[in-house]
Amino acid sequence: MTVALEAQGLGKKYGKRWALSDCTLDIPAGRVVGLVGPNGAGKTTLLNLAVGQIQPSAGSIRVLGGRPAEGPAQLAKVGYVAQDTPTYAALSVADHLKLGARLNPSWDDALARKRIERLRLDPGHKAGKLSGGQRAQLALTLGIAKRPELLILDEPVAALDPLARREFLQGLMEAAVEHSLGVVLSSHLVSDLERTCDYLIVIVESRVRVAGDVDDLLASHHRLTGPRRDPSTLPADQHIVSESHTDRQSTLIVRTDAPIHDPAWTVGQVGLEDLVLAYMSAEQARPTLEAVR
Amino acid sequence: MIWLTLRQFRVQGAVVFGGLAVLAAALLITGPGLADDYNEGIAACGSPDNCSRFYRNFFIDHQYYFGGLLAVVVFLPGIIGVFWGAPLITRELEHGTHRLVWNQSITRNRWLAAKVGLVGLAAVLATGLAVVAVDWWSDPLDETALNQTETTSAARISPIVFVARGIAPLGYAAFAFALGVTVGVIVRRTLPAMTITLVVFIAVQILMPMFVRPHLVSPVSRTIEITADNHGDLMLDQSSGTPRLRVEVDAARGAWTITDETVNASGNKVSEIVLPKSGNPCEPGPPDPNGEPPKGPPQACFDYIKQQGFRQKVVYHPADHFWPLQRAETGLFAVLALGLTGLCFYWTRRRLS
Repeated sequence: MTVALEAQGLGKKYGKRWALSDCTLDIPAGRVVGLVGPNGAGKTTLLNLAVGQIQPSAGSIRVLGGRPAEGPAQLAKVGYVAQDTPTYAALSVADHLKLGARLNPSWDDALARKRIERLRLDPGHKAGKLSGGQRAQLALTLGIAKRPELLILDEPVAALDPLARREFLQGLMEAAVEHSLGVVLSSHLVSDLERTCDYLIVIVESRVRVAGDVDDLLASHHRLTGPRRDPSTLPADQHIVSESHTDRQSTLIVRTDAPIHDPAWTVGQVGLEDLVLAYMSAEQARPTLEAVR
Repeated sequence: MIWLTLRQFRVQGAVVFGGLAVLAAALLITGPGLADDYNEGIAACGSPDNCSRFYRNFFIDHQYYFGGLLAVVVFLPGIIGVFWGAPLITRELEHGTHRLVWNQSITRNRWLAAKVGLVGLAAVLATGLAVVAVDWWSDPLDETALNQTETTSAARISPIVFVARGIAPLGYAAFAFALGVTVGVIVRRTLPAMTITLVVFIAVQILMPMFVRPHLVSPVSRTIEITADNHGDLMLDQSSGTPRLRVEVDAARGAWTITDETVNASGNKVSEIVLPKSGNPCEPGPPDPNGEPPKGPPQACFDYIKQQGFRQKVVYHPADHFWPLQRAETGLFAVLALGLTGLCFYWTRRRLS
């Protein structure tokens, strides 16, 4: 299995604050990866490191086997749709396609034109006059027509209304399938990622909390409900992600690969949204959580 | 990248080059007439006195055009630094478009090289065009300034005219542009970058002739006699009862005088020459037969000054230092521009995100 992105002890410091710390990740190639976490968790920092926009303060990162932004060949392999989907306001849609064609040797002009036509964007229109959704689609078109092996998108739908959001993600998924494109997509909303991603990374307070195949994650996380008890009495292979207690009852979300035999628990499924929320709201600095990946 | 750079530069470039084209056309139309007037006037003036009067009147008749064109060339590099240099990168940073363009298949270095190289070249070209047109048009006036003692401050080696003639404006343009881009890359915002560029560049333009240019080439230093032929402004002050004379001399025709001070017999600097209370030899003579005041003090005044041992110490750049000074100053600014560009590349690669 080839690796899309591998990070070893990766960290980025701004002044005295670590925006991302001790991040160790292996993202397999050809997957649609969701990167989720609250605002300010370090998602943008991780993505900016992956495209070489910024340099790490600690550790190392390799994308598709190369150092990010190392040279034209590496840049050609990785597409990036940055936060707020920037475009040149004074340049027309056609100018943007020309820009893409001039600056990318692997540019697929037919693909770009087809997409623009299907989106019913007027090529003569200035990008500054486009709606947020159209601008995001234009930025996505630039990213796709560059024909990268991996396309990285930073909160591309954050500013879009629900309809534009769905259209954008649909277009992205079609392209990913058609061109067997690896995708890394960040969002602070799980619902954006639920339908699109098959691999999930949860990042909270500048640290990676959990990363893995979505199906594996769903299969290995369970909601346990039962009479109130001390969580430290659980078997060693059950890692508590979150816990809540009332006077008589305890509800735990645990991660384990083994079946749960304790008859005192009622075992329930955990949806992706609940799973992410459990990690996001988990107490900080819990050593067992650090070990879980 | 060339296409994108030119596409982004289109409007700014069109404004400056369009303005310059209009100016050049106007100069091209009026220039031959000015040169003809000058040549006819020189041919017709005859006696030195008449020619001297012709020079003065000719210069005064055209001094506003002369000054205006001077201002164009003096200010153009600053305008280029502020409006082309400073926003070159900050506009991208402010709109986030650097994150779009840095992720095309082109390295940051090449992106910056194309932008700085092309627009920098345009900056030098625009200034070169302005200098060629203005210098050509002003040629008769430059010659007039050289031949007319009253207009010596307009000689082409004098501080203000110097930066609008020859090759120095090209150095200033390259420097101003590199300054604008580099300040922009460091402060990252357009308006502060434009302001800082303007202030720094004007400061450099002012400080350069005061502290640096005089020493780029060794000036000529001489201590000379004060005579009826070489004296410049003389100021006789009789208000305190004792008459005092303040002396300036014209070191050489078309020269840039840096130091002009009177020294006494023992070589010490004095601000004024103290004259005897009675029988002041420097008392102006009676008006001449035409009723015009005399041209200067009587010969007795200069005899007295010489007899008392007063001489004038002058440090100056003669007119033929013009090109050595131009080369030195242009070279200096070219080196500064290269240094700033290097810093700009370093900063863009290491510090921008």
